[in-house]
Amino acid sequence: MAQIFAYILHKEGVADDSALELVAAAKKIDAAASVTAIVVGSGVDAVCNEVAASYNEVWKIDGADFAYPNAEVIRKALVSIVPKGALVLIPHNTFGMDLGPGLSVKLDTAFVSDVVDFEGIDGDALKVVRQEYSGMVSTHVTCDTAAGAIITVRPGAFQPDESKSAGGAVTDKTGDAGDLGVSRRFLEVVEAEMGDVDITKSEILVSVGRGIEDEDNLEIAQELADAMGADVSCSRPIVDAKWMEKSRQVGTSGQTVSPKVYLACGISGSFQHMGGIKGAPFIVAINKNAKAPIFQLADVGVVADILEFLPDLAEAIEEAK
Amino acid sequence: MDILVCVKRVPDTSENEIEVNSSGSDIERDDLVYSVNEWDNYAVEEAIQIRDKVGGSVTVVTVGDDESEEVLRREMAMGADQGVLLSDDAFEGSDGKGLATILKAEIEKGKYDLIMTGAQADGGAAQVGGMLAAMLDLPYASLVNLIDVVDDTKIKVGREIEGGNQEMNEVDLPCVLSIQTGINEPRYVGIRGIRKVASVEIPVHGAADLGLDASAVGEAAAKVKRQDYFVPDMGEGAEMLEGSTEEIIEKLIELLKAKGGVK
Ligand SMILES: Cc1cc2nc3c(=O)[nH]c(=O)nc-3n(C[C@H](O)[C@H](O)[C@H](O)COP(=O)(O)OP(=O)(O)OC[C@H]3O[C@@H](n4cnc5c(N)ncnc54)[C@H](O)[C@@H]3O)c2cc1C
Repeated sequence: MAQIFAYILHKEGVADDSALELVAAAKKIDAAASVTAIVVGSGVDAVCNEVAASYNEVWKIDGADFAYPNAEVIRKALVSIVPKGALVLIPHNTFGMDLGPGLSVKLDTAFVSDVVDFEGIDGDALKVVRQEYSGMVSTHVTCDTAAGAIITVRPGAFQPDESKSAGGAVTDKTGDAGDLGVSRRFLEVVEAEMGDVDITKSEILVSVGRGIEDEDNLEIAQELADAMGADVSCSRPIVDAKWMEKSRQVGTSGQTVSPKVYLACGISGSFQHMGGIKGAPFIVAINKNAKAPIFQLADVGVVADILEFLPDLAEAIEEAK
Repeated sequence: MDILVCVKRVPDTSENEIEVNSSGSDIERDDLVYSVNEWDNYAVEEAIQIRDKVGGSVTVVTVGDDESEEVLRREMAMGADQGVLLSDDAFEGSDGKGLATILKAEIEKGKYDLIMTGAQADGGAAQVGGMLAAMLDLPYASLVNLIDVVDDTKIKVGREIEGGNQEMNEVDLPCVLSIQTGINEPRYVGIRGIRKVASVEIPVHGAADLGLDASAVGEAAAKVKRQDYFVPDMGEGAEMLEGSTEEIIEKLIELLKAKGGVK
């Protein structure tokens, strides 16, 4: 196997959880592979030392140009340093989605995105598992790695490899980064607004998805939440439709919540939604489609039309009080 | 501003159950309801709004078969000025790079200031926009949820990043953007709008029209190939509550109480 590289995300001097997940992913491709971490940023020595314990080697690119992770700048730097034929693993998050496809074109490698598992390599053919249609079906995909490959890996799909048995040396590659002239200039990050309710602090959440069908029906969810002593949160389509404010959205591009109980009502269970739920709450899924992926992820499931079921449940809870 | 938007006809997952066929070679396609990929629809709406503000044109393009024409017409009924269908047997089995190669060839036949794609489509790969930009040597921003036209040479875009935050960038034109949902509220398309564009001629371009070597696209060129479909096994699955609604509710309330789900 050619060399495997992993792109390390980090913030405020600390490596992201994905750093150790990518070690596990690389070992799943080839247990014997030498895995090199690539750390790019400004003042990244602490991150390099942190990941050195888990990687055979660490390559760093350090400089003011990299203070903000601008995918265009970083792509140019990577094109200069990644050797031909290498496999590069990148987290499939908003940065990886920005970087990966273009990087594969510039390095003239194969590209596979949002991989959830690896099932071995046969010659140059790497077998991976992906999901389509919001997780409703899975597929086996083969990727011809003869000329290398860029692979984005779903966050959370691999258990972090905590063995820290590698202890690699850090090599400074900053001088090799090449021309960084850019046509996309980073300006600023605008932070999310906090709404009237902070769902990150809620112990019980009644969360509604596209299955609620209509803005007026939100009332049903509110009535159930009132009966349970819960707050109402939602999936992304509800926010996109402007039926609820962004601060109520659970998911990777919304809030991360850690309630005791999470009632997912008319939510299919996409990984971006479930990625916002931390701390193993008791998840109840109510969905009219018995095959919805959410039923694989929930503790308890009810196949029902939420428009009928939620009012009945609210009434029964009120009566039981 | 002349804007091109890449769109795709996909099974509507909010209307359908997606199931694997018995041999695992495909999903069950009988009786599927198709529509335009949700993300693309936001991209077309944004393009129309920009054109209405600063002038110019909106072209929608898709790679597909005859049936894909319906999504072009739908987006034209929404307000796009013209549609182009890229169709050829040689395109079949293309991977993401193959698709980007086909789209690039069409884009180079025209002159566009702004090229948009949806952030992702039914395959969830989120790849075509970024590949297209790199192939065209144009700047790229993904997951765009805000566009402000500064002047003819640059735009300001907001990208969605984690935790509800937004990353602001200034991007030189021409450029490629992938559009995230929520950027706008796509307008409703009524039956009358669809009728109005029903007889508009939609040009069909094949590999030869695009000057494409058939071996650069399609299955032969694909480095990434889907082998099969299967039903995901993501864990033990939920304990399903069964019985009459009353019985289910009774059991559920018991469980909720035990877990602290009723205050
Ligand atoms: C970069 C990126 C970031 C994203 N971030 C987020 C995020 O932070 N949060 C998020 O939620 N999504 C996010 N998404 C979107 C995500 O991929 C899904 O599109 C979204 O979560 C789907 O929401 P949903 O489950 O409500 O809708 P759908 O997937 O449409 O599911 C609706 C469900 O409701 C069921 N249903 C319909 N009617 C009824 C009824 N009457 N009774 C019972 N059930 C019914 C259906 O069977 C279906 O399972 C993101 C996407 C991208 C690309």
